[in-house]
Amino acid sequence: MKPLQVLKNGILDENPVFKLVLGMCPTLAVTTAAINGIGMGLATTFVLLSSNIVIALLRKFIPDKVRIPAFITVIATFVTIVGMLMEAFVPALFKSLGLFIPLIVVNCIILQRAEAFASRQNVGLAALDGIGMGLGFTLALTILGSVRELLGAGTVFGLQIMPDSFSPAVIMILPPGAFITLGLLMFILNLISMRKKREA
Amino acid sequence: MDYIKELAFIVIGAILINNFVLSRFLGICPFLGVSRKVSTAMGMGMAVTFVMAMASLITYIVQYAILEPLGIDYMQTIAFILVIASLVQLVEMVIRKASPGLYQALGVYLPLITTNCAVLGVTILNIQEEYDLLQTVLHGIGAAIGFTLAIVLLAGIRERLDRADVPKAMQGFPITLIVAGLMAVAFLGFQGLIG
Repeated sequence: MKPLQVLKNGILDENPVFKLVLGMCPTLAVTTAAINGIGMGLATTFVLLSSNIVIALLRKFIPDKVRIPAFITVIATFVTIVGMLMEAFVPALFKSLGLFIPLIVVNCIILQRAEAFASRQNVGLAALDGIGMGLGFTLALTILGSVRELLGAGTVFGLQIMPDSFSPAVIMILPPGAFITLGLLMFILNLISMRKKREA
Repeated sequence: MDYIKELAFIVIGAILINNFVLSRFLGICPFLGVSRKVSTAMGMGMAVTFVMAMASLITYIVQYAILEPLGIDYMQTIAFILVIASLVQLVEMVIRKASPGLYQALGVYLPLITTNCAVLGVTILNIQEEYDLLQTVLHGIGAAIGFTLAIVLLAGIRERLDRADVPKAMQGFPITLIVAGLMAVAFLGFQGLIG
């Protein structure tokens, strides 16, 4: 596989949220605002990149039978690091993401990439895959967060977008809004890809 | 008496008001992945209930007997996930030996539970809320019942959806997510039920 394609694969063709439908818990939970989406996305990208590199380096030493616990230990280590860094440098964001920082450990994207990609490829490709998948995840979370923040509070990244006469639909920020927004976004993406296929 | 009331609040709260799936967004992967049929959803729910109750108990002991006395709280995430992973493995072996029938029913779901974030989530929440041992175990069980309730309800709706005429672009995940959204709206109605 060509390096560039690995990168593009993660961001578009196999976007972890829209195409692989992995990592749904943080996707739905933290996207009440665009900034939370980006924060969660970047934290996950860091963990994905670091764990992909370490697992690719260790792939010849980890016995096949205990590979899953070994992967999880590597991932949990980086999650602990990212949690401590965020608590120290961006305490406000750390607080609003709350429980979902330690839960990056059980984000299925990371384990799936370790199992399906990093444990089979060389370090360079594994790192690129980590960046691509991470950015794809960040992109999806930011889009979802922006839409929900726009409809639910009239702002995007805290900037007022909607006119004053717009009355925010609070339901978009509440849990149901997460499910419905993601459902509709996937519906729209399906429509677009079906139309593309028809034209081709 | 007040203590019993508090216990009841914890259980009902975890099942209905802060439903783990529909309001806390924990355990979404199995919620969407294993909710095609009511019978499989039920199996998943039972397996999760068992693991969650056990995991709550064991992580409580790990936290207060090992991590805190040694002053290594920051190892919490790593320690808990290893406890859960080995617990799932152990449960699988015990069930296979003790009850082949149950193993047949639950077997395929057991490995999936390790990466069910509801399990790790409930154990971390137990510590954050500073529950005592009994509260911890009841919270674990309540959360698991809430999970089972949500997944079985969704499976029931999806069985009907299979026979409905859904637009092609809506089939699969989009319609499931929208159904889940409507269920979440319904569960919002429980807010303010107690307390």
